[in-house]
Amino acid sequence: MNLNERTTTAAGRAIGDVVLAVEGVSLAFGGVKALTEVSFDVREHEVRAIIGPNGAGKSSMLNVINGVYRPQHGRITYLGRTHGHMDPHDAAARGIARTFQSLALFKGMSVLENMLAGRNLMMKTNIFLQALRIGPALREETEHRKRVEEIIDFLEIQHVRKTPVGRLPYGLQKRVDLGRALAAEPKVLLLDEPMAGMNVEEKQDMSRFILDVNDEFGTTIVLIEHDMGVVMDLSDRVVVLDYGRKIADGTPDEVRASQAVIDAYLGVKH
Amino acid sequence: MTVQAGMPDTFPKLLLMHARERGDRPAIREKDLGIWQTFTWSQVRDEVEALAAGLSKAGLRRGAHVAVIGANRPRLYWTLIAAQSLGASPVPFYEDAPSQEMIYVFQNADIAFAVVEDQEQADKLFEILPQCPTLKHIWYDDPRGLKHYTQPELASYESLCAAGRDWARANPGLLESEIAKSHGGDTAIMLYTSGTTGSAKGVVLTYDNLVMSSRAYADLEGLRDDEEVLAYLPMAWIGQNVFSYAQWMVVGFRINCIESGETVMTDMREIGPTYYFAPPRVLEALLTQVTIRMEDASWIKRRMFQHFMALARRVGANLLDGKPVSAADRVRYALGNLLVYGPLRNALGMTRIHVAYTAGEAIGPDLFVFYRSLGINLKQLYGSTETSVMVCVQPNGEVRPDTVGPPMKGVEIRVLDSGEIVLRCPGLFRAYYKNDVATREAKDPEGWYHTGDAGYFDAGGHLKIIDRAKDVGKLSDGTLFAPKYLENKLKFFPYVKEAVAFGHQRAEATAMINIDVQAVGDWAERRGIPYAGYTDLAAKPQVIELVRDCVEKVNADLAADPKLSASQIHRFVILHKELDADDGELTRTRKVRRGYIGEKYATIVDALYSGVERCVVEAQVRFEDGRTGNVRAELGMHPARTFAAQAGRAAA
Repeated sequence: MNLNERTTTAAGRAIGDVVLAVEGVSLAFGGVKALTEVSFDVREHEVRAIIGPNGAGKSSMLNVINGVYRPQHGRITYLGRTHGHMDPHDAAARGIARTFQSLALFKGMSVLENMLAGRNLMMKTNIFLQALRIGPALREETEHRKRVEEIIDFLEIQHVRKTPVGRLPYGLQKRVDLGRALAAEPKVLLLDEPMAGMNVEEKQDMSRFILDVNDEFGTTIVLIEHDMGVVMDLSDRVVVLDYGRKIADGTPDEVRASQAVIDAYLGVKH
Repeated sequence: MTVQAGMPDTFPKLLLMHARERGDRPAIREKDLGIWQTFTWSQVRDEVEALAAGLSKAGLRRGAHVAVIGANRPRLYWTLIAAQSLGASPVPFYEDAPSQEMIYVFQNADIAFAVVEDQEQADKLFEILPQCPTLKHIWYDDPRGLKHYTQPELASYESLCAAGRDWARANPGLLESEIAKSHGGDTAIMLYTSGTTGSAKGVVLTYDNLVMSSRAYADLEGLRDDEEVLAYLPMAWIGQNVFSYAQWMVVGFRINCIESGETVMTDMREIGPTYYFAPPRVLEALLTQVTIRMEDASWIKRRMFQHFMALARRVGANLLDGKPVSAADRVRYALGNLLVYGPLRNALGMTRIHVAYTAGEAIGPDLFVFYRSLGINLKQLYGSTETSVMVCVQPNGEVRPDTVGPPMKGVEIRVLDSGEIVLRCPGLFRAYYKNDVATREAKDPEGWYHTGDAGYFDAGGHLKIIDRAKDVGKLSDGTLFAPKYLENKLKFFPYVKEAVAFGHQRAEATAMINIDVQAVGDWAERRGIPYAGYTDLAAKPQVIELVRDCVEKVNADLAADPKLSASQIHRFVILHKELDADDGELTRTRKVRRGYIGEKYATIVDALYSGVERCVVEAQVRFEDGRTGNVRAELGMHPARTFAAQAGRAAA
């Protein structure tokens, strides 16, 4: 595949150049090899899926991308800069946001407060001004609140904006988690099993929101997902991991036809 | 009736008057991005000017129709006024109407212009575009999801207004001169009735209809220009149109557009409407929420709630009606007001309401009395799309759960021998659009409108609606028999889900009953009665006693009404299966199809009248996956106690 070739999807969003490339990444925890020599790239504005059976190394891969784990080997190139490993704070500051499989929300705080917390990195005034809510801090808070309200509107969660997150059903909490990540206005959004534990209707809603985010904001999306049907419908390209190795990479149709993928999912004698 | 001298006779003229007289005061608010945004009367006027100029430039001519599709949004309200300013009539649609149902209206009214809320509505129109060749322009309010659309018909509301502003600058005075051409007798709006039979009918209402009935009503209730009203019901519904549009224009108060359907409760608490309108189902949903929340509350709160609600039921409504209440009870009610009623009204967003209305269908007495006992002045009114709603209104101090009040000023009502109500009123529609046959059927040459409702005036001069006229029958002794009236009375009990009453040309009335599995199931669980499913539960002797109790209460009630005491239910049967739309027993809107049920369960009806105690039925049921199966059950025919007619008490 020619990496410089610009492709256009039916919706009209232009898939751009490579924004994130992972080359030969290996990660081991003691003797356990989580990732072995994994390479793939993510292009601007695309929806890129990482799939694989349980324990294939999907979440580890995300953790490497946003710097939570340090791989022993390999390189990560993000926005033209190459690193041996990413630094979590730097990754967030440079536009990588993520959601978590097991939700990272403050249960006692309202939806609105959780999402404002997502904009923490963008707050410029110091903590004292913020605590007193005077001068520039107040203006800034108004601006942040406006952006958060736009996301609330976008995700259709107006009716719960002041409800403590802990009181919401799981499907809605997932949506709030997505909103919290979006509040950081990311260039690249990492979604860790956004559809886990949802019923069919909630999955449909979430799929629509992911596509809308991608379409409206042009956000590049890297998602991990278990549900093959969802992945194949949502993504432009798919990476398949099995036992920490990349076994396939390509469009959903190519991946679906790959013998290695079929074996990994249906099981053969190893 | 004539319009008061000097008062504007059309909505656009009223808008100009408000912009002049109260230009800086808020006219409409919308909650956008979590904050209430306010538009003053003069801002509304400017927006309407831009929009009207845009529509005029796009080719909207006098007498044309403009489709308005979406939820309560200020821009859609402005579309109503802008279209009317140009002498065109808006045709609002229910936002949840499926596209197939829209085709007829577009074809019938030759609609060329549509202003829609969002992508969802635009998609529907593109779906039906091939069948609606007259449709030329679709403007949308919310651009979300529409940026990749390339259809030539589609453009944004902003672009329409931007073009309009230029056009208005090039043609100064356009708005005023167009508005001056309109008169009270012109068509103001066209609303399509749902039409339970056949196609929908476009009800043509004139400015005179709406302005005059709104004004009569505003005088009656003393509405002022500082009322707060929540705009949350479908714009295509006459009730919403009269309360949030016609009266808004006539009185000049404020309307507040909710953020979304799910935020009504919050929005209502924030706005604190002073004047409120809700169909019974909304009031019921609110009460359910209160009940659920009270059950989760601590026992102190629960006990307090129960204690004071019992007190409120006893004296609350009387206090509101100004009837005598003992001093001790007054003190206790005041304490309850401090501890329970006040906070509850506040939680419901009803603290500031000075008058609230319910209409649209029969309301259960318990539900009605609940709100009144809290000190909320909830009243009933009667009317339909064809009459611009205002026919009967309950005056303060004469509010009863089972009547709709005496006729309003200027309304003449007669009850025909068949029981049907016919009336003449200033709000009476001009015609059904392009449907002379239907117009002639509904309106006789002397101008009497046949409502299709059956009812009568009670001793106090209040109109009582009992049923649809075509469903009203007679018992074999010739007395009136209104099945729906009995069914509604039964359904007001939480344990009764559906009821079907029989009695036409029979000596006495009987009923088939469906229990509410959830309510009765809860009831059974609390008493430790085990059951397997609906059929099992319905056959439990305790459940039969429970239902018998409901039926006998209905009978006691009927005995108090001299016209209906003969309709007391002598025997009833609890059906072995739930009536279901999939089996053709209910309509899609969950109304019982009495005739079909009577035929399908002829054996049961015969058993109810033959005096046997049990009967065996077999019925085919259709499961949700499309398979069918047979249910065989043995049903008991249960007698219920009836009461001697209490003519004396009722007349007093």
